[in-house]
Amino acid sequence: MPDQPDLTKLIFGRLTWDAIPFHDPILLGTFFMVAAGGIVVLGSVTYYKKWGYLWHEWFTSIDHKKIGIMYVILGIVMLLRGFADAIMMRGQQAVAFGDSMGYLPPHHYDQIFTAHGVIMIFFVAMPLVTGLMNYIVPLQIGARDVAFPFLNNFSFWMTTGGVILVMMSLFVGEFARTGWLAYPPLSGILHSPDVGVDYYIWALQIAGVGTLLSGVNLLVTIVKMRAPGMTMMRMPIFTWTALCTNVLIVAAFPVLTAVLALLTMDRYVGTNFFTADFGGNAMMYVNLIWIWGHPEVYILILPAFGIFSEVVSTYCRKRLFGYASMVYATVVITVLSYLVWLHHFFTMGSGASVNSFFGITTMIISIPTGAKIFNWLFTMYRGRIRFEVPMLWTIGFMVTFVIGGMTGVLLAVPPADFALHNSLFLIAHFHNVIIGGVLFGLMAGITYWFPKAFGYKLDPFWGKCSFWFWLVGFYVAFMPLYVLGLMGVTRRVNHFEDMSLQIWFQIAAFGALLIACGIASFIIQLVVSYRRREELRDTTGDPWDGRTLEWSTSSPPPVYNFAFTPRVHDLDAWWQMKQHGYQRPQQGFIPIHMPKNTWAGIVLAGISVVMGFALIWHMWPLVVLSFAALILVSIIHTFNYKRDYYVPTEQVVATEDARTRLLAQHV
Amino acid sequence: MSCFPRLRGFILIAALPLLAGCNAVLLSPSGDVAVQQRNLIIISTGLMLIIIVPVIILTLLFAWRYRASNKDAAYDPDWNHSTMLELLIWAAPLLIIIALGALTWVSTHQLDPYRPLARLSEGREVPAGTKPLVVEVVALDWKWLFLYPEQGIAAVNEMAAPVDRPIQFKITSSSVMNSFFVPALAGQIYAMPGMQTTLHAVINHPGEYEGLSANFSGSGFSGMRFRFHGMDQKGFDDWVAQARTSSAALSREAYLKLEQPSERNPVQHYATVAPGLFDAIVNRCVEPNRMCMRDAMAIDAQGGAGIPGAHNVTTMDPRMRERLGLTETPPRKYVGAMCTATEGLVL
Repeated sequence: MPDQPDLTKLIFGRLTWDAIPFHDPILLGTFFMVAAGGIVVLGSVTYYKKWGYLWHEWFTSIDHKKIGIMYVILGIVMLLRGFADAIMMRGQQAVAFGDSMGYLPPHHYDQIFTAHGVIMIFFVAMPLVTGLMNYIVPLQIGARDVAFPFLNNFSFWMTTGGVILVMMSLFVGEFARTGWLAYPPLSGILHSPDVGVDYYIWALQIAGVGTLLSGVNLLVTIVKMRAPGMTMMRMPIFTWTALCTNVLIVAAFPVLTAVLALLTMDRYVGTNFFTADFGGNAMMYVNLIWIWGHPEVYILILPAFGIFSEVVSTYCRKRLFGYASMVYATVVITVLSYLVWLHHFFTMGSGASVNSFFGITTMIISIPTGAKIFNWLFTMYRGRIRFEVPMLWTIGFMVTFVIGGMTGVLLAVPPADFALHNSLFLIAHFHNVIIGGVLFGLMAGITYWFPKAFGYKLDPFWGKCSFWFWLVGFYVAFMPLYVLGLMGVTRRVNHFEDMSLQIWFQIAAFGALLIACGIASFIIQLVVSYRRREELRDTTGDPWDGRTLEWSTSSPPPVYNFAFTPRVHDLDAWWQMKQHGYQRPQQGFIPIHMPKNTWAGIVLAGISVVMGFALIWHMWPLVVLSFAALILVSIIHTFNYKRDYYVPTEQVVATEDARTRLLAQHV
Repeated sequence: MSCFPRLRGFILIAALPLLAGCNAVLLSPSGDVAVQQRNLIIISTGLMLIIIVPVIILTLLFAWRYRASNKDAAYDPDWNHSTMLELLIWAAPLLIIIALGALTWVSTHQLDPYRPLARLSEGREVPAGTKPLVVEVVALDWKWLFLYPEQGIAAVNEMAAPVDRPIQFKITSSSVMNSFFVPALAGQIYAMPGMQTTLHAVINHPGEYEGLSANFSGSGFSGMRFRFHGMDQKGFDDWVAQARTSSAALSREAYLKLEQPSERNPVQHYATVAPGLFDAIVNRCVEPNRMCMRDAMAIDAQGGAGIPGAHNVTTMDPRMRERLGLTETPPRKYVGAMCTATEGLVL
């Protein structure tokens, strides 16, 4: 045989032209749309000569505020991708009855539901949550940045690296066809020999590095960098929930890393941790992945609870009811979230005592959660409620979430779970809590803090449109799934024989369209608000009459956040300062010590993506090369001693004087 | 517009009992285990509604009453603590959970799928000395195989059972995880390769019910459905007799052929089944030159076979592969049997 093919194989591994889906019109169309969009974006950046600006001001920035904004943008972009998957699934299930097989063959459909789950959890909810925490937490605790600013930038780009790999799988090869948790043996090399599961593994491993490091970062920031006077029991609730979430991240994500590493070994070097033969045991994988997976649920929902707490007390113009019990509830949930993982697989055949133990621990979590709901309720009691958009999301949440909580506790009763497990009832349940809890919370948070980040409020009309479309759309899309679950319909099915089910799927598909309108309204809201930014301008830095420290600085805050570190005397620090006639200091400024931008984060993450891609396609020389590059760049980075600089006094004075003038103009 | 979505939620929940009348199989099942699970679902939901309904009503009420434009409502910006109220808001969910937890403990033990049935239906004990009908279930890629050791027959994608006779399912899988689920009969239980799970159930009404895999298992998953026939004793005997007239026999080779991936298989009956087949499937040693997991584990328990054990890896005999038409698929490795039965002896 000639040498040429061998050389090609050595360099390109498994990658051949067959991996490009020329034959699939849906993917080809998507590719052209993405490519066209990409060319427009890249072209306009080039045309307006913004590359330098993007590189210096954003990509290499270690400013927690800019990184937070980039996280949120990433999450919103991926929401569009994840939702496109959702709409395709709803479309398929609405038409694939009887003789019609729908428009998605199993090969494609199975990738879509896997990608939908992976993207929505890892690349929508996680970046949005991390982004908000990144932006808000340092401001709420009166800090100038996070504890490890470079790590923050690196974490963001590693998360983006995971996103890039998942997006690549659309057009080069394919994604996993295993469900979002990739249970073996199905995800093992015998049953999934192609690159799909490898894309899954490496995307999650690379993004996982980012998540874990950002968890460490925020944890240290909250523990070590609070303003003087801010004791633990004076921390804003959002910061408390962020603290607990990051404890969960730091404790749970290594388990995911480990279990995926074991699966990788099974796939790459022929070990047998989770195979059916040679002594492997897939039940171990299921346990491990849920030991990560259940805390993950609380990683997402706790910050949302924090947002609702901030929003409720601000828009009710009232202190949060039962701050202490709110804190204890959060901590109890944090601890208990490690004791419930088995409820995801009661049906695996554990004994009755084991199942009841995990069922009851799960129910116990509903007690602190219930207490939280009551706390919000009694914060509204005797308040002065302004129905701004974030408050609408909050009320929508309170009504919707309790229904999801109720079905969740129902699923925690093992014998009931035997009937409802893996059914569309389960699907309806977790969308009920994730949309009704996490997503509503994130939307409330984005609307609430948007003026802080950009200096103008979001247009309320389109915000209300978005809220109502989401709320109604959610009920129309998911109530039918509860019903279908009770009719014995299970998940991940791409074709049905029973025609009587079709009407329910059609209603659900209509609901998904309403949600699409909700997302569109949100995008329109961003555009309209930008165009009306002068009318919506926030000159005070405190547009909602807020209670916590982030509202004490300007909107958007200066790069150093606070010219002087605030002193905290009360729980609602800013509210208390306003009550006591706080005067902004106008002189005595000194230079401010700040961290410096660095290219290392984006470069390291870029090399990681190359290495991930090479590992997926078995391009071994490239793997070695990129790994060496990774080590080399890390070493070079350690020799960079120019990590910090001082914002000169003149610049601080100029910035603060400008704010003084602005405030005076608008009194 | 403001109350529309919430109303929808209530209307749908209120409509659930109506669904029981038509085709919500989980709410009007035909097997006693499923009936008890249904009752549990309804009781638990009812218990929780004691908290949920007031919370929803209070949320809407407070939102309306304390709206900023309502200057008549009291405003108390610094009121943020009340020991009584906080005790109450922790105690109320706690009480519900205590009730629900007790219910969970009892019902989980009563409805443990491993536990032999105590009753046939409400008020009818299982008569003393009743032997359950044993059905061995194998999830294959992508069809269901049912073995009837008592009757000596087997069937693909169809099973039958006499009404009011307890059934003991022994469940396993040939390759990946599945979940054995007949919604009208009883809750599901996973089917896993190399392992056996158990489910006890009984069907109380004759009829034709749907069975399926509830756990995603690959590209043929959606078509992995079977018919479950609840029959009177005579009907069941006829069904068995009819299966016995089938010309097909489920030998080990026939099983190895059947095990290969295929989708939407038609119903197939087998008049005879190779002895010990289910046991061999669970122990992953249907191939004649393969070590049973049971033996491998016994060797491992004694400290393992050491270095020689690591080399004891083999594949299916090439001639056998050819007979089974597997020459196209790559050979799979497995641990070799210590002593191989000659092929002629293996059915």
